[in-house]
Amino acid sequence: MSARREVAIVSYAQTSFAPHTKLNDAELVMEAVTAALERAQLPRKQIGFCVSGSSDYLTGMPFSFVGALDAVGAWPPIQESHVEMDGAWALYEAWVRLLHGDIDTALVYAFGRSSLGDLQDVLVAQLDPYYLAPLGVDPNSLAALQARALLDTGRASERDFAEVATRCKRTAGGAPLDAPYVVSPLRAHDCPPVNDGAAAIVLAAGDRARALCKRPAWIRGIDHRIEAHSLGARDLTRSSSTTLAAVEAGVHTAPIEIAELHAPYSHQELIVKEALQLGDGVRINPSGGALAANPLMVAGLARIGEAAQQILDDNARRTLGHATSGPCLQQNLVCVMEASS
Amino acid sequence: MAADDETLTAPYLLTYDYRRSCGPVIGRFLAGLRAGRIEGVRTAGGRVIVPPVEYDPDNGEPTGDFVAVSSTGTVVSWAWVVEPRPNHPLARPFAWALIKLDGADTAMLHAVDAGRPSRIKTGARVKARFAAERSGHIRDLACFELEDA
Repeated sequence: MSARREVAIVSYAQTSFAPHTKLNDAELVMEAVTAALERAQLPRKQIGFCVSGSSDYLTGMPFSFVGALDAVGAWPPIQESHVEMDGAWALYEAWVRLLHGDIDTALVYAFGRSSLGDLQDVLVAQLDPYYLAPLGVDPNSLAALQARALLDTGRASERDFAEVATRCKRTAGGAPLDAPYVVSPLRAHDCPPVNDGAAAIVLAAGDRARALCKRPAWIRGIDHRIEAHSLGARDLTRSSSTTLAAVEAGVHTAPIEIAELHAPYSHQELIVKEALQLGDGVRINPSGGALAANPLMVAGLARIGEAAQQILDDNARRTLGHATSGPCLQQNLVCVMEASS
Repeated sequence: MAADDETLTAPYLLTYDYRRSCGPVIGRFLAGLRAGRIEGVRTAGGRVIVPPVEYDPDNGEPTGDFVAVSSTGTVVSWAWVVEPRPNHPLARPFAWALIKLDGADTAMLHAVDAGRPSRIKTGARVKARFAAERSGHIRDLACFELEDA
């Protein structure tokens, strides 16, 4: 087998992640996609492959991603795909597609308007329809069960949760431990905000990446793994799928300088950090992470985009982007990026 | 033509006019609940999974025989709900809990009607409270309650 083709992120752009946007999906995507393409100086007609991540459950209508394609332009016909997942998994598909070797560029985007419904109701629909969904168990409650299990191990305290929240949310005066519980042991500062937004990444292979970008963020490894859906059948305090994906993505072959972790709840950052075996020298979530802004279906892709941007901006030589999906860190993706040697 | 303040409305009902089978494993579990018993399945490796699944989450192998488990068990994690939502099993503050039933190797998620948060902890003993009217549904288990209550 010949050596794997080199693929890099050559540009990243996002909209503001506001509590609510009045833009529709296509307008939101237009803003992110246009900015990403302009930064790469890549005309729309030269995009080899286009793939997006979003969820119909947020918009409340089927095939809502088709309308968002207006932001790219799908006539004459283009090569296009979609995943009903966070955009990080769309990026994985684009990476695989570029390995085929017949095209040199790909556009990945994600969008989510989380403000359209009550997420505590909407996200019940991601659960199995027999044992969990009929109980109406909401995402905050599921995360709280995980947080309690972590506290019970003695590996973390509520103060540790608050410290993560304070750093990510940059709360003036810190996150108070006497604040009321939303669902104990989680307080409001431990839970993600509701945000609308879109993000876009341009990928390019080999010499095309070098031509489009002064300092591409080369994807050295990317892998995603999943655990059992049933929460009672796995150890909620460990993220074994993250650990496995990290090994497969080659995280430990050299030091990571900056890691962007997709941890919507404060305790989840501690679990993911441990699963990745990141040392204390690694800067975690300088962007603020999903605790600062959590547009659903976008926040994972944004972690990879933020980690790539640190290389594009010459702030780091080796970074990591992580994305998660499903209740209590069920599925995890790890992407390792490096500047050219 | 309607006046501006006379918004026209029409009902919009989305329904699925068919019944679906829950399959040989989940279906049997739910039928068991209707009869007032809780069953799990044994994996090839000997673990008893409750609530049962058709495939072993560790290796994807089909699961095997059904095993009756107790309707009492131990709380392995819990979360206190201060303000129940309309679709929650209980209308007053309660605990979600992962409950390992006696005889099971995995935990099932359900509500515990503990009254106040100080009364529940990891390791607490709970027992199932079956609903008076049952239809073969996870809500045939109304909730769990503390064993020493």
